[in-house]
Amino acid sequence: MNTITALFYVFSAVLLFAAFRVITSRTAVVAALYLVLAFFSAACVWMLLRAEFLAITLVLVYVGAVMVLFLFVVMMLDINVGEMREGFWKHFPLAALVGVVIALEMAAVLLGGFNLSEAPAPSAAALRLGNTKMLGIEMYTTYVYPLQIAAVLLLVAIIAAIALTLRRRKDSKFIDPSQQVRVRKADRLRIVKLAPTVESPAPPAGDRP
Amino acid sequence: MSGFGSVTLGHFLSLGAVLFALSVIGIFLNRKNLIVLLMAIELMLLAVNTNFVAFSHYLGDMHGQVFVFFILTVAAAESAIGLAILVVLFRNRESIDVDELDELKG
Repeated sequence: MNTITALFYVFSAVLLFAAFRVITSRTAVVAALYLVLAFFSAACVWMLLRAEFLAITLVLVYVGAVMVLFLFVVMMLDINVGEMREGFWKHFPLAALVGVVIALEMAAVLLGGFNLSEAPAPSAAALRLGNTKMLGIEMYTTYVYPLQIAAVLLLVAIIAAIALTLRRRKDSKFIDPSQQVRVRKADRLRIVKLAPTVESPAPPAGDRP
Repeated sequence: MSGFGSVTLGHFLSLGAVLFALSVIGIFLNRKNLIVLLMAIELMLLAVNTNFVAFSHYLGDMHGQVFVFFILTVAAAESAIGLAILVVLFRNRESIDVDELDELKG
């Protein structure tokens, strides 16, 4: 049992434990924190597979950005935890059955069929350039158009997220400058023709009989 | 099977399979809580990405890692828009209970 094997089992155990806690934790904040742990362990597993760039990207993008977003949303929403948990264990037998069947079927196929224990020796170019540079070369030559599409996709996601959550408060008072400039006299001043009311002079006191 | 001695491709694929199964269980269990559902979907994508990276390493093919990169892009966009929808939903309904979201009867 060499070092890589030992590290693989340690990281896998932490990853699976964290994933289990994500789906069973009582509050969403705890679930989000365990999800951070899960992503971090997964990044370590990817390191064992010599995918350094992707491992660091996973930590930066997921732990740094997505999980902070999750935590913000979790803290913004006021969720009644007790209500959410009711019926939690009702579905457990079915869920456990489905999960165990999935895992056993996959393991039966995978452990028997894919016993490649040795990765092919890295080519001279890979040794010289390293993982990150190889990935960059691949991405900016063969996959340059998909990369552009991915960039546009991210832009669309930004616009969609802002457009969805942007709102104008109904109770705030504001002035629209363009309307203010375009105002005319007729909008503000209304001249009303009124019949003249003439105050009739009081009759002189001496006329009274 | 080479046993306990060295890590094979099958070990990594099994890890991905178990992780995927755990997230399926999570989707079953947290039927009411939309946030934890999103987290379970993130875990599923992580399992799939682990498979891609493992195949890429053991077959000596860089294209698998490029695909993981694109999956990460799509997953980030998905979670951002999903959380935005969640916020709007909570603003309108005061609840993120999946059982109550039945207005869009299809």
